[in-house]
Amino acid sequence: MRVLAALSGGVDSAVAAARAVDAGHEVVGVHLALSRSRDQFRTGSRGCCSIEDAGDARRAADVLGIPFYVWDLSERFEDTVVTDFLAEYEAGRTPNPCVRCNEHIKFEALLDKALALGFDAVCTGHYARVVTVPTAAGTVRELHRSANLAKDQSYVLAVMGEERLGRVIFPLGDVVSKDEVRAEAAARGLGVSAKPDSYDICFVADGDTPRFLRERLGSRPGDVVDTDGRVVGRHDGAYAFTVGQRKGLSIGHPAPDGKPRYVLEVEPVGNRVVVGSADELDVDRVVAEGAVVFGGAMPVDGSTRAADDALRGAGAWVACLAQVRAHGDAVEATARAMPGGRLEIVVDGRLRGVAPGQSVVLYDGTRVLGQATISRAERRSAPVAAAR
Amino acid sequence: MTAYLDHAATTPMRAAAVDAMTRELTSTGNPSSLHAAGRAARRRVEESREALALALGARPSEVVLTGGGTEADNLAVKGLFWARRVQDPDRRRILVSAVEHHAILDPAFWMAEHAGAEIVLLPVDSRGVLDLDALDDELTAHADQVALVSVMWANNEVGSLQPVREVTSRAHRYGIPVHSDAVQAIGQVPVDFAASGLDAMTVAAHKVGGPLGVGALLARRGLDLTPVLHGGGQERGIRSGTLDAPATVAFAVAARLAVAEQPTAAERLGALRDDLVRRVRAAVPEAVLRGPDPLVDGAARLPANAHFTFPGCEGDSLLYLLDSAGVQCSTGSACQAGVPRPSHVLLAMGVDEDDARGALRFTLGHTSTVRDVDALVEVLPGVVGRARAAGLAGKAPAGAR
Repeated sequence: MRVLAALSGGVDSAVAAARAVDAGHEVVGVHLALSRSRDQFRTGSRGCCSIEDAGDARRAADVLGIPFYVWDLSERFEDTVVTDFLAEYEAGRTPNPCVRCNEHIKFEALLDKALALGFDAVCTGHYARVVTVPTAAGTVRELHRSANLAKDQSYVLAVMGEERLGRVIFPLGDVVSKDEVRAEAAARGLGVSAKPDSYDICFVADGDTPRFLRERLGSRPGDVVDTDGRVVGRHDGAYAFTVGQRKGLSIGHPAPDGKPRYVLEVEPVGNRVVVGSADELDVDRVVAEGAVVFGGAMPVDGSTRAADDALRGAGAWVACLAQVRAHGDAVEATARAMPGGRLEIVVDGRLRGVAPGQSVVLYDGTRVLGQATISRAERRSAPVAAAR
Repeated sequence: MTAYLDHAATTPMRAAAVDAMTRELTSTGNPSSLHAAGRAARRRVEESREALALALGARPSEVVLTGGGTEADNLAVKGLFWARRVQDPDRRRILVSAVEHHAILDPAFWMAEHAGAEIVLLPVDSRGVLDLDALDDELTAHADQVALVSVMWANNEVGSLQPVREVTSRAHRYGIPVHSDAVQAIGQVPVDFAASGLDAMTVAAHKVGGPLGVGALLARRGLDLTPVLHGGGQERGIRSGTLDAPATVAFAVAARLAVAEQPTAAERLGALRDDLVRRVRAAVPEAVLRGPDPLVDGAARLPANAHFTFPGCEGDSLLYLLDSAGVQCSTGSACQAGVPRPSHVLLAMGVDEDDARGALRFTLGHTSTVRDVDALVEVLPGVVGRARAAGLAGKAPAGAR
């Protein structure tokens, strides 16, 4: 196959590309320039945005003996990922820019361009597995968690949907530990073998998201209130807060019970931040929109017999595991598809600090069933956050 | 088989230059040393300086050897600006054409940021040729504030030749010194420093079949130039640093050959370039030639340069597809860490940003043959079709968040 290997300048993508070369593919390396104002050097744990990263990617391609190009997708990145990031925070929601980047940049802009240029697939260093399963009609492709559960990235990849799984290669899906990748990089003479992992949002300088939001959205002072509507403090912009957040709340009055308080809700219209106790963060029902469902796992029922209009056409309940954070545990849940590309998810126990805008990914064991963007999270008794 | 169509980026070293350089590399001696070995090295450097001067229409004492074209451009812009400001603090304006190479633009804008300079970008017409009326207007209005003028001899992207003689005669009426980056012109068109009237001129070895990493600023005798590199006081104190004898010797050999062969090379490469232009137009009718049309206005363009934009395509897609088919060329625009940007040259010529993205420059040199053109024309239609499809795929779908 002709394979386009995305090289971030980090160790994972370099080893992934090396394995694609070993597998006999004709591999070309590409580094994506996603930021218009790139730093000279990598700072902290931000990945892939600096000129140094581009240089490391080029050197990895040299070592592998593959052609290398830099593609400028910065305009597309700004228009989709950064703009969405700002709009979502402004709407009182908590976006996941890595999900949006995979959706719009890596597995859309990059993949579409690669296919148009005659490549058969795009290879990345993501930790996830694509499993081909025989069926009566042929085969289906499934997206699974990686063998290394601690590094698993299926949560941020599920958004690409089933159709594109046939056009991607994740050579690190079976890797058991990151040490194995670093050892392999060192053995192959890849200079990035000891480079630190990246965690933070790549386009936010020094990882200070509130400051980035303040610079781009401006200061908008408002009130911090408790659940009774009593003003307990002031803020510089409701957009900078996230449901479940505890730090950074400058609250003058102590809580009546003396316990720490958390952000329960961000109200963009009233520019208010509602705080309350940890218990009030727990939710057990989540509604999510923009659903991507794999393998017809959760069909919408075509019948219109339901008495409740809101539930008309909902599919059958499916037992699954639900994950609402990139590095969070999955919890037992039941879910069903709703008309309009929505999912309704009820968890057996409780989820804490679920913010609208986050992704929810549903699993059957290690297999991804679907993903959607949370629009509402509530207790069965009381809504916690309203849809925008 | 690969076709190398990027001679303006760098061209293969001439065999005679390789021989001369290799021979020099085996001899010891710092040209600044006073003993026999040093004197021998100094003698070979000075003979080379004389050969360079002779080839370029300069006096030997006017040749300031540098570590390449970019350094010579920096020395010209910064050295002239500082020297002129010492004479008259009001002279803060640096006049440059809007299509200069980054080796001129970036030092100029650096001086604006750090040394109080004011940059005036002189416009060009749609062919990429300097607008002399704009220069006249600027001189009429602000001549007493102008520190220097720098206008390249020939543009590196679209090959347009600039009216250097007219620029010098206009600026000299006001006693303003003029520099020209002639890196792309040597060996392509006749270049005579003395006849041009220029006060300073940049040349680089590797564009004429010499080695990388050596060049020169020709600086008129008596021109006041503040040094940029300080140290041992070599090159009349204008450019310190141990003289690179092997590179200088090879530079002189290459330059002498390039200049001697210029008339025949221009004729041969011009014909080959015209053939390339005709066949590219036939193969891809929607391709738009940028710069002066060689088939209509041949004297206005470098003979070995062709430049096209391909509507709906991105230069990096075209470059990749041609490269993978063995055809090596350039998008023509400057890169930062390999990131393509729409060319400031095309934008200055009035090309819109979308069209400017789909640019390719094809440049010929002393090793070029018709087989290189054959290879390009054979794959180009398929490449352009595929790049256009990729360009469409790259457009954000409507309704994307």
